[in-house]
Amino acid sequence: MSAPAPPAGFLDAASGQPLNPASREAWSVAADAGWADPARLYREGRRAALLADSAREAVASCIGARPDEVSLVAEGALPAVIRAWLASCGPSPRLVCSAVEHSTVLAEADDLQARGGRASIIGVDRTGRVDAAAFAEALPGAALAVLQAANHEVGTRQPLHEVAAASADAGVPLLIDASVTLGREDAPQGWAILVGRASTWGGPPGVGVVAVRRQWHAPPLDLASAGLPAALAAARGLEWANEHRGADAEQARAWTDLIRARVIADVPDVALLGSDDRVGYLTALSCLFVDGEALVLGLDRAGYAISSGSSCVSDLRRPSHVLSAMGVLTQGNVRISLPFGVTQDTVDGFITAFADVVANVRAMLEADDLTQETPDD
Amino acid sequence: MTDLPRPDVRLNERGHRCPMPVIAVARAAKSAGSGTVIAVACTDPGAASDIPAWCDMRGVDFLGSQVEADGAITYLVRTR
Repeated sequence: MSAPAPPAGFLDAASGQPLNPASREAWSVAADAGWADPARLYREGRRAALLADSAREAVASCIGARPDEVSLVAEGALPAVIRAWLASCGPSPRLVCSAVEHSTVLAEADDLQARGGRASIIGVDRTGRVDAAAFAEALPGAALAVLQAANHEVGTRQPLHEVAAASADAGVPLLIDASVTLGREDAPQGWAILVGRASTWGGPPGVGVVAVRRQWHAPPLDLASAGLPAALAAARGLEWANEHRGADAEQARAWTDLIRARVIADVPDVALLGSDDRVGYLTALSCLFVDGEALVLGLDRAGYAISSGSSCVSDLRRPSHVLSAMGVLTQGNVRISLPFGVTQDTVDGFITAFADVVANVRAMLEADDLTQETPDD
Repeated sequence: MTDLPRPDVRLNERGHRCPMPVIAVARAAKSAGSGTVIAVACTDPGAASDIPAWCDMRGVDFLGSQVEADGAITYLVRTR
């Protein structure tokens, strides 16, 4: 089974992508054979329960966990897990996390402080990488630490190895948010809690994976389960991605490198964001004198789908908290994330269209006389 | 901040959204001589990142910012 070709021009896999073939097949199997309530004792119920068990087993073996440590849940589980965990940690628990976690994590940190708890939010460098030493220093006495495997807007990998070791030393449970990497890279190690997102590996939208190591004696997390067709589709899709992603991952990395190199050469006044140590399928950049909304809409008209963290694209009219925490250019921002099966035509076409659209937006804003070549250092 | 220098040029970009404040300061800097201090008052939250980022990209000195009585933030830069 090879990946279905995603629509031409689609470069926003981090927001969702077509189901991979194993997910699609499992969905239809579960729809036929797994419609009954798995809690019932009759044959149809037992059959649904068996399928649910096999989904947990498949995920467990992909992430290096025991089946009873794994749940397939409805999306939005990440803040729910943090909240439930901290609620079991006494009157004034402290959370440690980076300043570039998913916005729902930072909202949980705000709520915690409003409830009388504390939060240590650790800053990042200009590439979006958290200060591992500062993170480690904040750990002793904390109730929970949360760190993403890689950033969802710029792709920068976080120093998981160092932070996991420091968490173990401090006896603090570490929640690794692998929403960006699980299914596209090897599963991380050193977690007490692992969270992933099925759409990242071409599983169905709206499904997440939560795994909790038994030795941490998790409080009741009370997470909403994913329905069986979606759970089985997510699990079989993860197996498929783990088996097939090798060549795809190398190609994706080469293409995001090519996009960075060509854009710097072809388009004046561009800031490449993130570091070279990033998840291979995702990259981001910002353009001086460009309106992010005009860029997204111009690229859409040219046939290319990307997302943007610029303020004019956000509902709150604020630039993304990730770009702000990094202290980098936020205007004219685009995030490019390659779906499984993306073609060279899409990548090459995007590079050409991008230069044209940026030039058009700058001309429209009467800023085209202000640009300079981007230095290639 | 009390030790910010007196600006030679003042720009009012209140109510203008990104990227307009940066375009305005870049245009002013283009016609200004070396050592000119430019102040730009902004209400767009993107300016807090984007004015210093533009300074970095152009080798312009970012001198600092101050909050105005109406809540706008004034950023000061000096051309080289």
